[in-house]
Amino acid sequence: MDATPKPKKFIGAGHSTSHDSAARHVAGSATYIDDIREPEGTVHLAPGYAAKAACGRIAKCDLQAVRNYPGVVTVLTAADIPGVNDCSPGAGDDPVLAQTHITFHGQPIFCVVAETRLAARRAARLAIIEIEAEKPNVTVEDALAANKDVLPSYQFKRGDAAKAIADAPHQITDSFRIGGQEHFYLEGQIALAIPRENGEMLIHSSTQHPSEVQHVVAHMLGVADAAITCECRRMGGGFGGKESQAGQWAALAALATYKTGRAAKLRLDRDDDMIMTGKRHDFRVDWQAGFDASGRIQAVDTQLLSRCGVSADLSQGVNDRTMFHSDNGYFYPELSIFSRRLHTNTVSNTAFRGFGGPQGMVFAERMMEAIAIQTGLDPLDVRKRNYYTKGRDVTPYGQKVVDNILPEITAELERTSDYRKRAKAIKTFNDQSPILKKGIALTPVKFGISFTLASLNQAGALVHVYTDGSVQVNHGGTEMGQGLYTKVAQIVASEFGIPLEDVRITATTTDKVPNTSPTAASAGADLNGMAASRAAITIRDRLGEHAAKLWDVLPKQIRFEEGQVKAARKSMSFAALAKSAQLARIQLSATGFYATPDIHWDRAKAHGSPFFYFAYGAACSQVTIDTLTGEMTVDRVDILHDVGKSLNPAIDLGQIEGGFVQGMGWLTTEELVYDAQGKLRTHAPSTYKIPCASDVPSDFRTKLWKSDGNKSPTIFRSKAVGEPPVMLAISVYCAILRAVGSLNPAKLPPLDAPATPEMILRACRAMES
Amino acid sequence: MARACIRFLRNGEPVTLTDVPPMQTLLDYLRLTQRKTGTKEGCNEGDCGACTVALGSIRNGALVYEPVNACIQLMGQLDGKEIITVEDLDGNHPVQTALVKHHASQCGFCTPGFVMSLFTLHEKAAKQTRAGVNEYLAGNLCRCTGYRPIVDAALEALNTPPAPRDAAALAALQDAQDIFIGDDESFIASPASLDSLAEIYESFPDATLVAGATDVGLWITKQMRTLPRLIFLNRVRELQALHDGPDGLEIGAGVTYEQAEEAFSALHPDMARLLWRIGSKQVRASGTIGGNIANGSPIGDTPPALIALGATIELRKGSHTRRLKLEDFFIAYGKQDRQPGEFVSRIFVPKINAKASFHAYKISKRFDQDISAVCGAFHFAADGPRIAFGGMAATPKRARKTEAALAQGLEAALAALAEDFTPLSDMRASAEYRLETARALLKKALMERDGLALTQTRVLAAREVVL
Repeated sequence: MDATPKPKKFIGAGHSTSHDSAARHVAGSATYIDDIREPEGTVHLAPGYAAKAACGRIAKCDLQAVRNYPGVVTVLTAADIPGVNDCSPGAGDDPVLAQTHITFHGQPIFCVVAETRLAARRAARLAIIEIEAEKPNVTVEDALAANKDVLPSYQFKRGDAAKAIADAPHQITDSFRIGGQEHFYLEGQIALAIPRENGEMLIHSSTQHPSEVQHVVAHMLGVADAAITCECRRMGGGFGGKESQAGQWAALAALATYKTGRAAKLRLDRDDDMIMTGKRHDFRVDWQAGFDASGRIQAVDTQLLSRCGVSADLSQGVNDRTMFHSDNGYFYPELSIFSRRLHTNTVSNTAFRGFGGPQGMVFAERMMEAIAIQTGLDPLDVRKRNYYTKGRDVTPYGQKVVDNILPEITAELERTSDYRKRAKAIKTFNDQSPILKKGIALTPVKFGISFTLASLNQAGALVHVYTDGSVQVNHGGTEMGQGLYTKVAQIVASEFGIPLEDVRITATTTDKVPNTSPTAASAGADLNGMAASRAAITIRDRLGEHAAKLWDVLPKQIRFEEGQVKAARKSMSFAALAKSAQLARIQLSATGFYATPDIHWDRAKAHGSPFFYFAYGAACSQVTIDTLTGEMTVDRVDILHDVGKSLNPAIDLGQIEGGFVQGMGWLTTEELVYDAQGKLRTHAPSTYKIPCASDVPSDFRTKLWKSDGNKSPTIFRSKAVGEPPVMLAISVYCAILRAVGSLNPAKLPPLDAPATPEMILRACRAMES
Repeated sequence: MARACIRFLRNGEPVTLTDVPPMQTLLDYLRLTQRKTGTKEGCNEGDCGACTVALGSIRNGALVYEPVNACIQLMGQLDGKEIITVEDLDGNHPVQTALVKHHASQCGFCTPGFVMSLFTLHEKAAKQTRAGVNEYLAGNLCRCTGYRPIVDAALEALNTPPAPRDAAALAALQDAQDIFIGDDESFIASPASLDSLAEIYESFPDATLVAGATDVGLWITKQMRTLPRLIFLNRVRELQALHDGPDGLEIGAGVTYEQAEEAFSALHPDMARLLWRIGSKQVRASGTIGGNIANGSPIGDTPPALIALGATIELRKGSHTRRLKLEDFFIAYGKQDRQPGEFVSRIFVPKINAKASFHAYKISKRFDQDISAVCGAFHFAADGPRIAFGGMAATPKRARKTEAALAQGLEAALAALAEDFTPLSDMRASAEYRLETARALLKKALMERDGLALTQTRVLAAREVVL
């Protein structure tokens, strides 16, 4: 121990403090599930699947060689499941282990339980499986031909879009594709099940949704939810990929524990992880628009055709959100936004940062580019002309936009990025450069905050104050790197007026805060921060009353600041007051609960105000492409993003930059390739390319919008920041489109996403013809 | 008398292992045997860098640290090395403090790997540019931060000089003894001389030769192959030699990409550009020029350039050596002109004539650390053009018809490319894209030969470490 302790710092909400685990991250001492020292006798699991087929009846599943492999303890099959063979988030259509049929390539049929992970993995290859293979539906076109959906279609309508388009002075018809995306969290899916007495289990799961893992495991084992506890201290990345997708692996580990009585761990190998878990939905978008000579839209008719894979999973919410963001920041007087949720024999697609929103927004921005090309206007002018304004402020789903700051954000970014001057310089460059062409684009983001499934907009927290003045905080949100724990600790420290280091963050666990929502929809800090704040205020009020009695003042005169409790000329330390309160038999523990107010959504009528508020931002990206090879580099990016009154500017900046780069990867190098047999051919980082350091523009300028605070009463008037920045990267796609477009200014480049070098070259060739 | 153990340095102390399963990886040793869990497994194939550790070697008497991927580093490669993992730093290393200060970790899972890559960079005690750090970190993937704060942290940490280090303890572990652990059925062999290697490989021609294990490692971790007899090449003295003579380079087959960088760069700037884009720092610290040739991959990135440069190779079996043109070594997919028990021992690369012009290109989805869709090399020399491609056929292959057709002009040459090559479609690129790009590269090479500046012909010039 140091003789002189360091003075404590007061870093409440609003300050840039380090991520709570930063020092442990760099020291390698932050514990992920695979780092937990396993109980003696822990068994290890590896799932097995049919290597050659995607769908069909399981004609034969001979596991003798698997069972005989040295070190194998047992092999799990569907027949071992005592409860319900399902790990879906609700629809009941995702078997933990396939029993009679498989529906996609890589679907687990059995799971090896062995003394070592290596033995389990090697044994899993020895199964003899025969499938009466049927022809899989792989593409959007396959699914359309088969007329197969996982969920009913859904539509937003206003006016008569078809007629309005026909009557408009100008029309465009187009179809293009938007690719999916693998999460590529650095820590793969993992669960560790530990047996307790009386059939109870503790599940360590790398999950964004511990309550769902708890429920899936209990449902599968046929026991009460109360018998299962799920805990998660941190994930090595989530991005939506551990919202519904973590359940299956936890269920299998729990099943092994149930069968063997031993602790059981399942950590997927990276290739298995990429083959067996869902991804961002990919789309074909068929659309038409009618507009006037000034580029102002009169009507939009779009069909959003998404590949959902084999089951419902979260596809309803995802595809709804695609529709909710097909307007981005633009007013469509008349419209039809139609969504089909197609069934394909591929792994079921799932949540991914943005939750369908990004795909809708790519459509909107491509439309802006298309209108600009047809009218000969600068695309930024077309965008501005279509922004929501007073009187033109009702979204396709009936919500009035009352907090729009896109005109202001756009104007500032246009100025600070030097957009006009650079656009002009690029034109000169392109006129003189035979091979290389540049493009620049400034695109906005308006992203709705709240779960569109209203019941999820709730959170609980549990705060304990100990008699030495230290505080433990627990809430339903999970930490996947986004800094949620840090922000919530800052909030609690602020409420108590104590140093941040006196607030100890504890692992998310279903036995402290039950029935939680997933940490998703960017809502982690909004919901859990508010719940924790309420819990802290409850205790603070009790302490304040106690101090008021001690000092014979009014409770409202008590102030909590800088580790002290003060009133008039009296003061004592927070710790001393806590001790005094405990002796006076005052409860120093409290729960807090929050449910987002003022949101309503009638899905049947497709009308309401599903979002508590919108988050806004804009980005200006410049790229250079090689018209001979399709290679591309991002030269410069300027970002201006609105986080309301930031809870932690450093963490918010990290979310913005990181989200942008992740979005840029989705739209450029990250290509999921399925072959005609439905096999994913890009199932490892050797073939699936997320951005690396050199892909980040060397000139990368990110600023937080100077905000007076969220107009809606969120925690300390902050705004959600997890997902919206992903969509800033649409500026890169649009900049590439502009660069390709320079080859033939009258033609809309047939550029699909991701804009890989091959896609860019194909678009360049199409411009010549 | 062979030594029946491997020895390496940990925390300043020599560790001796006598019982080493041949296929054991360094990562499993660290995490499962030593319970040192700071080093993470992200992909188990050497592509993400979460398992990066620093490997210390004595080279020309000096202590050198390089980052390697522990997941595909086999224990047999570690004799005479020092292994430094994230736990061995005290938490206050300049790299660690800078990463915390710059908010450079989010989920933190990739962070130990970044720490160790940057530790090795810091040990070099050299200034770096942002582009230089980017290139150094190509083998470390981060999915959260967008890298900017990591690179900022690196640039700041480089302002602090590294602590002095003593090479003596590691130097004491260097010897010229052959190593053999196991029996005829299952063994680790690490011969110390070319003669020892030739002898043991002739005795066990079905053994697997392991140079950097950047490919063999995946046979184990991904293909789950059983490779009971492994002969490691990294201690064979003669294979590590690189001689830069007036006529060209003589490169021992065990010379790593990293060790060859300086000599390759001196041959031509495009050789440096090509090398920077092969794998990552971690891969280049382990992988060898000889391995890139001997494994016969159609998408190896050095063979096209080496063929265009007119390289020859030396093969040895027992006491017999022979030499052949590199382009003749590749016969068909998975088939090379190599007998059982025979191995590639040296590569000879002629220098480029001052009047000749040379151009090498790599086309891939991602700029850094990706496998080529097409790799093309063009050498316009006095005795005629030499053009070779990777990714266009079942082997790295010379474009002989195209070379001949060039005399009739560009159009004829572009047409001839389709006679030389019938590329395949796969997850990296379609056949059409490959052929079109190959043609584009030929056009580009000719334009550059005729004087067009690289800043006008290459979009990627902006990313380069040195322009």
